[in-house]
Amino acid sequence: MNRITNIVSAAMLVITPFAAQATPEQDLQEFREHFFNKFPDTPKDDFINGVYSIDPASREQWEAFEEFPSYEIFVDKGEELFNKPFANGKSFVDCFPDYKKGIRQNYPYFDTKTDEVVTLEGAINKCLTDNGEKPYQYKTGNIAYVSAYLAYQSRGNNFNVKVPNDPQAMAAYNRGKKHFYAKRGQLNMACADCHFYYPGSKIRADILSPALGHPTGFPVYRNKWAGASASGDGMGTLHRRYGGCNKQVRAKPFKPQSDEYKALEYFHTYMSNGLEVNGPSQRK
Amino acid sequence: MRQTALFIKTSVSVAALTGCLSMITPLIASAADAADIAKGKELAFDRKKGNCLACHMIEGGTLAGNIGPPLVAMKARFPDYEKMKAQIADPRIKNPNTIMVPFGPHKVLSAQEIELVSQFVYTL
Ligand code: HEC
Ligand code: HEC
Repeated sequence: MNRITNIVSAAMLVITPFAAQATPEQDLQEFREHFFNKFPDTPKDDFINGVYSIDPASREQWEAFEEFPSYEIFVDKGEELFNKPFANGKSFVDCFPDYKKGIRQNYPYFDTKTDEVVTLEGAINKCLTDNGEKPYQYKTGNIAYVSAYLAYQSRGNNFNVKVPNDPQAMAAYNRGKKHFYAKRGQLNMACADCHFYYPGSKIRADILSPALGHPTGFPVYRNKWAGASASGDGMGTLHRRYGGCNKQVRAKPFKPQSDEYKALEYFHTYMSNGLEVNGPSQRK
Repeated sequence: MRQTALFIKTSVSVAALTGCLSMITPLIASAADAADIAKGKELAFDRKKGNCLACHMIEGGTLAGNIGPPLVAMKARFPDYEKMKAQIADPRIKNPNTIMVPFGPHKVLSAQEIELVSQFVYTL
């Protein structure tokens, strides 16, 4: 375990592909262009499908899976939990009155009153605690089901994450951006190494997916997670995936819903603005 | 074939013994090399060690990635063995933003392990 380190190399920060002063809008434009140029055969709206947007071979198998998706029963569970009254007689409906129109596309957002990034999972748990209920555990289980239900209700809406003109909001955005491009872990790799510079390449037998469109399909049902769970429940949140990817490079993962991951999600999702919500989705 | 090889080896060592004594040293060294090269290969293929196959096609390895170039014709690409070894120990010297692991400075492989892996890679 002492091999797990959390080294972030300072050198990396100098080489981020964007000028330090770039606005989020400029970042977004360059980010998209990078992937559009790299994958000219992928229709621009198809990046929501992760690795399947660039690999026709695995796409076929995945499409077969999506016909009878394994996440469906968990969307149903999420709906049940969503409508179940709390002890005080209220329910999630009171916290998310617009859920039928779809709300997933607006998360995460920056709350200028609390100076915090608010993720959908964070808002679900806040709704519980505000109403005197016990919060859900992060990463798996009920939190993923309710999130999946809300994503499902939001399908077809375009992501519209905002970075308000506020120094704290910009700071959170930049922290997330830094995390994305900074080398870390004993193996010294950045998210960007695998998902910005080398998507389409194979790392062992896995084809790396483009970061554009990454968050749109979350939460996901992963066959791998299902295999690892006693009940065969493969649902997991975006922060669960972040932890897994940090561990792969022998970096100590941050806690789900830590400031670090919330900031990362803020940047990462902002980079997918304009793409459709297609959560939950099925993954290998 | 094996007998022929043995015969040659024996005759060479006899020649070495009878002739120039200094011939013995290279003979012993090359016998040790074969074992070192085998060890180097094991380290290169071990997922918890070099895991070079994650990114490089290497003869004899399966499920290789293709992030880096295939490791072939290494002597032609690196006439200087030390330069190749330096690339394996710390690829950041050549490319500060490389995705390849800084095996030496990040202590993924020890100096001795880097030597063994390098000897193996130099046979490719
Ligand atoms: C060593 C390479 C590597 C690094 C570094 C890495 N990942 Fe991954 N990541 C993978 C692989 C392999 C997969 C599974 C195949 C795929 O979808 O790309 C994956 C999958 C993902 C997925 C799921 C995509 C989907 O469509 O289901 C997300 C999201 C993700 N990574 C985000 C990140 C973030 C954020 C970081 C940095 C904190 C990161 N990754 C660092 C290798 C890496
Ligand atoms: C995560 C990916 C990755 C891993 C793991 C990796 N490499 Fe590399 N390697 C690369 C890339 C990419 C290059 C191309 C140069 C660059 O971008 O820095 C490279 C270049 C090289 C070169 C130079 C090749 C040339 O002709 O210029 C050698 C030699 C090499 N690697 C050996 C190894 C060995 C030996 C290991 C394991 C102990 C290893 N690599 C592990 C990605 C990797």
